[in-house]
Amino acid sequence: MTDTKKLIQLLYSISDTIVENAQFLTDLDAAIGDSDHGINLARGFKKVETELPALEDKTIDAVLKKTGMVLVSTVGGASGPLYGTAFMKAGAVVKGKSEIDINDFLAIMDAAIGGVQLRGKAVEGEKTMLDAMIPANNAMKKAFDDGKDVHSVLQAGVEAADKGVEYTKSIIATKGRASYLGERSIGHQDPGATSFTILLKTIANAY
Amino acid sequence: MKKIINAVDQVENQMIEGLVKAYPEYVYRVEGSDVLARAHKKEGKVALVSGGGSGHEPAHAGYVGTGMLDAAVPGAVFTSPTPDQVYEAIQAVATEEGVLLVIKNYTGDVMNFEMAADMARDEGIKVDQVIVGDDVAVDGSLYTVGRRGIAGTVFVHKIAGAKAEAGASLEEVKAVAEKVIANVRSMSMAIKPCTVPAAGTPGFELADDEMEIGIGIHGEPGTHKEKLQEADQIVDQLLDKILADLDYTGSDVAVMINGCGGTPLMELFIVNNHVSDVLKEKNINVYRTFVGEYMTSIEMEGFSISLLKLDDEMKALLDATADTPAFKVL
Repeated sequence: MTDTKKLIQLLYSISDTIVENAQFLTDLDAAIGDSDHGINLARGFKKVETELPALEDKTIDAVLKKTGMVLVSTVGGASGPLYGTAFMKAGAVVKGKSEIDINDFLAIMDAAIGGVQLRGKAVEGEKTMLDAMIPANNAMKKAFDDGKDVHSVLQAGVEAADKGVEYTKSIIATKGRASYLGERSIGHQDPGATSFTILLKTIANAY
Repeated sequence: MKKIINAVDQVENQMIEGLVKAYPEYVYRVEGSDVLARAHKKEGKVALVSGGGSGHEPAHAGYVGTGMLDAAVPGAVFTSPTPDQVYEAIQAVATEEGVLLVIKNYTGDVMNFEMAADMARDEGIKVDQVIVGDDVAVDGSLYTVGRRGIAGTVFVHKIAGAKAEAGASLEEVKAVAEKVIANVRSMSMAIKPCTVPAAGTPGFELADDEMEIGIGIHGEPGTHKEKLQEADQIVDQLLDKILADLDYTGSDVAVMINGCGGTPLMELFIVNNHVSDVLKEKNINVYRTFVGEYMTSIEMEGFSISLLKLDDEMKALLDATADTPAFKVL
């Protein structure tokens, strides 16, 4: 499914998409947070891009770990540690591999979700990125168990993540800065759930 | 935006450089980082590390020195420092006795400091942490991430710092820090917002005759706006919230009247005049008072009141020597 070369191409695409959507994500954050989500993520992924050329002959886990570390040290706020941890934990489950398949990708998703939960101390239903990540992961696992091909598995994930983003509009934030708004956070979609969905779509579009 | 700066992207860096040049006997900048560490590292004691966004000067670098912090980690203005920066600070000051992180309760700060702590533990450094949430304006209910950390944090630096300086163990330093956190309450108000240099516009708007009650320290709006009142009435309102949250009756307290950056000392003393009278009336004994700028929000005009309920241990530690650029008990 994916070797280091393809992973690096994917990371360039993810960076491009995040930069394109930076203003959109920041506007979503302005409504319920501190209006920096898109700006911060774009800064982080642009920095990741500068590191990619040196990683071409490295293993998958080395690329993921480096990406995580760069995000942690450049994004800041809460999304830096969250995305950073997700990538670092993802790297840890494919240690030493220079090529991964869909099974590995599902393990990566499990590890990334575990990392985000550990770092953010959040569960589903708190209006966070987990509200897109967890349903997406469940849908992908189901599609995989049903014998679907890589393309269909990833598409199932994207559909579920989109629904998750919609769901965040209906609930009160109980984690992060949006939690101070209480009921006023209803009606707004979560910026973190949105940025994850954008990221997953970029991956899905490549298969 | 009208500020005395050179370039928006050099604000933090030039502030750090200027601070080090002012107080070389207290702090140095850890090479290749933004960390400000104690000029003469002291072995044989627990090291205290704190930090947060820039814009709160003299917090936190102003409290690096004898009897308070061993290192301060400033992030970008109002933005948590990243884990690698916090990790640099831990590494620079870590001793055999361990490191205590003093974190203000904001989602980003907590995550970044905790990640740094994980990284340090992987390297075999003994690290623990406390999280300060003293702001009674924010409801600490199940539905939020809890109360914000504001000016009361400085009491944690002072008292835990004195405990560490005296050679207590990491467990003991943490325990006294937790005790301060359990006994300190604060609340703020503002009459004029502040402008983050990179943003260029104020965090909220206030008409000439309005004030904002319950503001945080990042220029974020408070709980509500109302018509500006006289100083004594404002004090009554803030004190009511604080005194309703913790029973101070009959106890000794430390008082901090903290200016938010743009408020003259003259007005802070007017505030303290009434705070002192009200506490006396309510049978609360003022043991020690601190009036000045301790935890600012750039140039915001406003103040916060912090009350710390003291026991004998905290009194002794509050009175112990502290010699730092911005906080001295000599």
